[in-house]
Amino acid sequence: MSLRENSLLLEVENLYVRYRKYWYTLHVLNGVSMSLRRGERVGLIGESGSGKTTLLKSILRILPPNGEIVGGRINYNGREITSLSEKELSHIRRREIGMIFQDPMAALNPVFKVKDQLYDILRYKLGEEGSKSGNRVLRDRALELLSDVKLPDPERVLNSYPFQLSGGMRQRVMIAMALASANSLLLADEPTTNLDVTIQDQILKLIHKLVIEKNLGIILVSHALGMVNRMTDRVYVLYAGDVMEAANTSEIMNNPRHPYTQLLISSTPRLSSVGVGEGIKGKLPDYRFPTPGCRFAPRCPYAMQKCFAAKPGVTRLNNNHLVACYLYE
Amino acid sequence: MSSEKALDTPNILDVSGLKKYFATPQGIVRAVDDISFTVHRGETLALVGESGSGKTTTGHVIMGLYPPDGGKIIYKGKYDLSTPVRSRPLEIRRDIQIVFQDPGTSLNPKRTVKDIVSLPLRIHHIADHGSIYEKVAELLDYVGLGPEYMFKYPHELGGGEKQLVALARALAPRPSFMILDESTSALDVSSQAKVLNTLLKIQRELSLTYLLITHDLGVVRNISSRVMIMYLGKIYEEAPTERFFSSPLHPYTQMLLSSIPTLSEEDEKVKPKGVESVGEIPSAVNPPSGCRFHTRCPFAKPICSQQEPPDVVVRDGHIVRCWLYE
Repeated sequence: MSLRENSLLLEVENLYVRYRKYWYTLHVLNGVSMSLRRGERVGLIGESGSGKTTLLKSILRILPPNGEIVGGRINYNGREITSLSEKELSHIRRREIGMIFQDPMAALNPVFKVKDQLYDILRYKLGEEGSKSGNRVLRDRALELLSDVKLPDPERVLNSYPFQLSGGMRQRVMIAMALASANSLLLADEPTTNLDVTIQDQILKLIHKLVIEKNLGIILVSHALGMVNRMTDRVYVLYAGDVMEAANTSEIMNNPRHPYTQLLISSTPRLSSVGVGEGIKGKLPDYRFPTPGCRFAPRCPYAMQKCFAAKPGVTRLNNNHLVACYLYE
Repeated sequence: MSSEKALDTPNILDVSGLKKYFATPQGIVRAVDDISFTVHRGETLALVGESGSGKTTTGHVIMGLYPPDGGKIIYKGKYDLSTPVRSRPLEIRRDIQIVFQDPGTSLNPKRTVKDIVSLPLRIHHIADHGSIYEKVAELLDYVGLGPEYMFKYPHELGGGEKQLVALARALAPRPSFMILDESTSALDVSSQAKVLNTLLKIQRELSLTYLLITHDLGVVRNISSRVMIMYLGKIYEEAPTERFFSSPLHPYTQMLLSSIPTLSEEDEKVKPKGVESVGEIPSAVNPPSGCRFHTRCPFAKPICSQQEPPDVVVRDGHIVRCWLYE
C-alpha cells in the first residue's frame, strides 16, 4: 500500500511550451519540472499570466491550436503524454484524468441538457456495458454523481440546460463530470474563482472529500493563496513560465524563501492583522523575448548582477524545500 | 467651500428606508428592501455581502444611476440624493465619485489615459487647455503612475494599472465621497496590494470618505473602519471593524467569516467555530419571510420565519438584526 501511495503518478520534466501568434512567438513555459505522487495534492500558485493554466492544459494536451509543446517530457503513469496518439489521449482524458475548468459556462455546452453531457461521459466510462445498457442505467449513475456533489434536486438539474442553473450549481455539475472521468488525477483550474465565499467553502469541502475517497491526485491552480493552503500538501510557485520555488504547503506559507513568493504572500490581506505589503513593482515580463537570467530579476528587490546573466540553478534546502534563486546558492 | 463647512454634520450620508425594486419577467426583485444607515465623515464604511445581496444596487442608487423606489438619501445634511444623476446640481455630481469593479470595461478603449483622466477636469472646469497636461500628470503621479502613462491606451496597461487610472479619473474632480464598487476584486493579490495602499494614502491626505462595496473580508479588515453585512436586500449586522472581527454576532456573518480559506494559524483563530456553510442565497423575487437568512441559519427558531428580527444594539455602534439576541 505504501509503495503504491508513494509511486510517482505524474512527472513533468523540463517542459517548454510556446504560443505562435501571427507576428511573434510567446515563450510561455520555459523548462518547467514538477512531479506528483499518487493521491498527492499539489498547488500551483502565481500571478495571472504566469503559465499555470498552460501547464495544466499541456498535461491533457488540450492546448489551443497555436500552442505547442516544443521540449521536455510529461510522464504520466509510465506513459509519455507528449508522444501519445489522439486515440490514447482521448482514453486518458475520459477515464483517467478529469479537469475542472475556471468558467463552467464556457466548459459546459449551452445547447445540450446536463443529462446529455453527463450521459456522454458515462457511456464511454462504462464501455461495452454502457453502450448496451439503456438510458436507465446511465440515468441512475448520473443521478448518483449529481447527489455525490450535493446538488439539491438532481432530477431537475439533469433535465436543465446550463443557463438554467446558478453559478454554484453549474460548478457542481462540472465537478461531477470531472469526477466521472477522473480515476487517478484531477486538474482543478481556479475551481471556485467566480463563486461566493460560502459556496466556495462548500465546493472545496466537497472536492476535498471526493479526492480523499477516490485517492485522487489533484493539481489545484489558483492565485487565492488561502485556498491552496487549505487544500494542498505541496506547492509549486510559478512565475513567467519558470518554477521559482517548491516545498510543502505549510513551509511555503510560513517560511517562503524566494523573493517572489515572499512578496506574493505579504501582499495577501489577512484576517488577523491590518496592513498589506507593497505588492510587487512592475509587471510580468514580455513573453516574446525570453531573457537569459532569472525572469523575476527586473522586479526583484534583491537582484544582483548575475541574476540577469544566467538562470539560477535549483537549490535544495531543508525539508525538501527547492528554490531557484542565487540568494541561497 | 466655506459656506459648506458651516453646515457640516458628522454624517456625510444619511440613508433611511431605502428601497429599490426591479421588474423582471419572473416578478419583482426586491434588490434593496428598506435599509437605513449613515456614513460618517472621513470613515471607510464597508458594505459586505454575497452576489445578489443588493450591495452594488445600494451604491448605484446613491450614485444616481437609477432613482430609488422609496426612502431618503440625504447628502451632507442638506442635499437630497433620491434624484437621478442628471437632475443633481453639478457641484454634487462632482463631489461623489465611483470606481467600478472591472477597469477593462469602465475605461474607454479608444481613449488615451490622458483623455480619460482629463474629461472630468474639463467638465467641472478644473483645468483649462493650458494646464490640462500638468493636472493629469499630477493626478497620475498621485496614484503612483508616471507621466509616460498619459499616451497609453487601456489595453496597454495591466489590471492594477487600469484600476489606478480609474482611480485618478475619480479623484480628478476632487470629490469628498467615493464609492468603491468591488474596486480590487478583479485584481491579483500583488496589484490589489498596490491599489489598497494607494487608496489608504489618498484617504489620509485628502480626508476622503469611502463606501467600500466588496465581498472580500480580508480587504475589509485591512482598509475599513466600519462594516455592514447585507443579505437579500437587508442589512443584518453593523459594527466597527475591530469589533466585527473579534465578536461577529449574526449567524450569517459567522458563516461568511468561517468560510474564508486562510493562510496562517492566527487567521484561523479569527474565524468563528460551529457554523458551517450550507445552502445558497435564495431568489430575491420571492425572498423568505421573516428573517431572510432563516432558511440557511443553523440556529433558526419558529419566530425567525414569521417576523422580521428587531434591531438589537449590542454595544455602541454594534447593531445586529437577529432574534437570537432579542
